[in-house]
Amino acid sequence: MLRKQYLFLFLFLTVFWFYPRKAYAMHIMEGFLPVGWCIFWALLSLPLIVAGLLSIQKTIKNHPETKMLLGLSGAFAFVLSALKIPSVTGSCSHPTGVGLGAVLFGPAAMSVLGCIVLIFQAVLLAHGGLSTLGANTFSMAVAGPLVAYGVFKACRRLGAPLGLSVFLAAMLGDLFTYVTTSLQLALAFPAEIGGFMAAFGKFMGIFAITQVPLAVSEGLLSVVVFNLLVVHNRRELQELAIIPGSISSEEVRLG
Amino acid sequence: MSLRVKNIILILCVLALAVFPLILQNGAEFGGADGQAEEAIAQIKPDYEPWFASIWQPPSGEIESLLFALQAAIGAGFIGYYFGYMKARKNA
Repeated sequence: MLRKQYLFLFLFLTVFWFYPRKAYAMHIMEGFLPVGWCIFWALLSLPLIVAGLLSIQKTIKNHPETKMLLGLSGAFAFVLSALKIPSVTGSCSHPTGVGLGAVLFGPAAMSVLGCIVLIFQAVLLAHGGLSTLGANTFSMAVAGPLVAYGVFKACRRLGAPLGLSVFLAAMLGDLFTYVTTSLQLALAFPAEIGGFMAAFGKFMGIFAITQVPLAVSEGLLSVVVFNLLVVHNRRELQELAIIPGSISSEEVRLG
Repeated sequence: MSLRVKNIILILCVLALAVFPLILQNGAEFGGADGQAEEAIAQIKPDYEPWFASIWQPPSGEIESLLFALQAAIGAGFIGYYFGYMKARKNA
């Protein structure tokens, strides 16, 4: 499996050799989304936050011993979204860190944790914003985790090893967060010529491409933490039905 | 391969992914500001005015990086505590 990962890395790096353009990739800035869209995305995110709170309540009630694992998922998102990492486009962006939690606790729970991270960054760091909190919550804490969770489930069903499933889930969840951001901006600011698609392409160039190597990094780091969890927290993972009751040595091997 | 070795290799890959752009794009700005998206918006819709400003902004780049480091430290601190706790629990 490791060889496959190297091949992955090599392919990505080769592709980006030919993509030396400047871009910044972050959340949508304070005030940079028209009021109507701010309200729209906030209303869309709100029920998912409520669902997330209920989901967390249920998980803690049914599996009280996983409380600390939930804290770990939040902490992981906290660390990763604080790390601004240089990318091959010559600019910096940061991973989201929500994929791991989505794999462990489902996408709803992560909508709450992701939103907390976004509030912290909006209030204390002027990064993202309160007016754009709904839109940023939707991209980072709803769409990203949803994709991560779906990818993980699909990979497992197709018989992919655990490590590879976690890697793909976290990587694609991270990437899709910024695809969503591009979509949100393109919807709010369609280009005069070319309309939505032209704007979408433009914002994708800014937000999503910078994110690719960072998404790979997030995937790898998620696997590292997951590997440790498999060793130290097998009981909790079994409770959450992430790994079967008895785990074979093949499964422990990372993807 | 032991788990430790695997994890070290994965972390080295992450480091390589972060260092490689610095070599590849030697001399680039590596700006982290969201300026480029702002520019794109200004191009598409020149008359757009941000209608809301941040309620508080870190007064300087140093203070901003302090807060970012704090955020990472809180998260990493918890992760370290967690795995220490779990390891001790397992050995108990």
